[in-house]
Amino acid sequence: MSEIDLLIVGAGPAGMAAAVAARRHGLSVLVVDDQPAPGGQIWRAVETVAATPRGARLGAAYLSGAERAAAFRACGASYEPGSQLWQIEPGLRAFLTRAGKARTVTAKAIILATGAQERPVPFPGWTLPGVLTVGAAQILLKTADQVPEQPVWIAGSGPLPLLYMTQLLAAGGTIAGFLDTTPQGRIRAALPHLPRALGGLGDLAKGLAWTWALKRAGVAIIRHVTEIEAGGEGKLQTLRYRTEDGQEATVPAEVLLVHEGVVPSIHAPLALGCAVEWHPLQQCYVPTLDAWGETSQPGIFVAGDGAGIGGAAAAELRGSLAGLRAAVKLGGLADAAAEAEAQPLRRRLARALALRPFLDTLFAPRPQMFAPADAAIVCRCEEITAGEIRSRAALGRPGPNQLKAFTRAGMGPCQGRQCGYSVMHIVAAAQQRPVGEVGFYRVRPPLKPVTLGELASLDETVP
Amino acid sequence: MFRKLHDPGADGVTITIDGEAVAAETGESLAAVMLRQPEAWTRTTPVSGSPRAPYCLMGVCFECLAEVDGVASVQTCLTPVRAGMRVVRQQGRRVLSA
Repeated sequence: MSEIDLLIVGAGPAGMAAAVAARRHGLSVLVVDDQPAPGGQIWRAVETVAATPRGARLGAAYLSGAERAAAFRACGASYEPGSQLWQIEPGLRAFLTRAGKARTVTAKAIILATGAQERPVPFPGWTLPGVLTVGAAQILLKTADQVPEQPVWIAGSGPLPLLYMTQLLAAGGTIAGFLDTTPQGRIRAALPHLPRALGGLGDLAKGLAWTWALKRAGVAIIRHVTEIEAGGEGKLQTLRYRTEDGQEATVPAEVLLVHEGVVPSIHAPLALGCAVEWHPLQQCYVPTLDAWGETSQPGIFVAGDGAGIGGAAAAELRGSLAGLRAAVKLGGLADAAAEAEAQPLRRRLARALALRPFLDTLFAPRPQMFAPADAAIVCRCEEITAGEIRSRAALGRPGPNQLKAFTRAGMGPCQGRQCGYSVMHIVAAAQQRPVGEVGFYRVRPPLKPVTLGELASLDETVP
Repeated sequence: MFRKLHDPGADGVTITIDGEAVAAETGESLAAVMLRQPEAWTRTTPVSGSPRAPYCLMGVCFECLAEVDGVASVQTCLTPVRAGMRVVRQQGRRVLSA
């Protein structure tokens, strides 16, 4: 068992910035991360890729991760990649697994910088091999330099599909078509947020540049898609789609990439009993945090996209703020000094978040994604369909936790990371309740599956 | 399903998938290698036996499980490739093997 001041979970933009800030003020810091190298999802493998032709193709925003990773490496924090956090007990004793061995770490404060995941949106056939998320394909491009063999279908909404498609074209990949699921009228709805969004003009310009690049490249774009269905025997072979105005087609497909926005990783805060609140525009939970990122549980912070989707620039700033506050609580940094250091960070954070109301409105989840067809598998692990959950939800007003007991939805190895929100929405619709009232699964340890061998390797000699 | 854009050169290694030798690159994720195979699936489900392949590539979906060097249900997307790695596609429920 080791004892440290600050444990940081996640080595993406937020975790790295938090470590740098806390180390600057003399805290002992351990950073654990489930990936093999620092950078998080946005800067995956940036240390090895930045100097290669692949790095240049991925663009300046990606390349900027290299100096962040270097600063993080030099900051003096201990860093353990390939580690999974699976439990935190009072006294802030964290249980970790790495390379088949488990151990505990005692920390005076913990910063959860575990980021976000793509919002799972069930549709018939989404479990077939050949259906992946756009984020997954981008990770494959960054880490393995690989692209779909055949012209690829991409379906969804938000900035990531646009970015990935431009990166894919630059890498020599080909696109069969983009099924844009953004509903009609969204630009008009988002426009009132534009004046404030001008603070994020750079990002806005980037988005427009991606769109123009796709048009120039002649990518087929089918707008206002409302329904997608994947078909095939044992793997994806066909794709059927339908648009708002009733246009329908079935096309051959080998790889379909889907993306419907991102949601904060909420499992660790929920398991620790941190208060969360429902975000009606993004349709997800966000932890309740003070201005430094501290949760309702003293000593536990959330920074980065896990604190609410804000992108990499906001994540870094939130990481720095949380690191500063930890230094006040544990390292004797004076309140006034921390406040002085925080002021410019907060101004930059406000600028980094200026585009969010515009983006959140433009790319707000479309209603169909919360009402999957009866045949669609919702819980991928236990193979429970929307129809099964829907019919059960109509009997006796069960909540997600009772449905979990009845159907096993949410009981597989992903522990509800894929089906949680879908089940909430199906329950809400079936019982005509506001979705925020329905609540999420109760998340229990271990946060990640642990083998008996790993448990047995806990090397504790003190009680 | 997917193809790699460069030749791994000196970083090239050989692993086995279901006993067959397969080319890979040191440090890339095992899931990336699986997705380059003619059969991209890594496991069949314990419920219906349907094949599943890597989906999220970031450790949250648990679809890409396979048996790696004798350990079942390993998340291949979080597993960097090493020379000589033995991978077996996982069929249905975990079984205790001798």
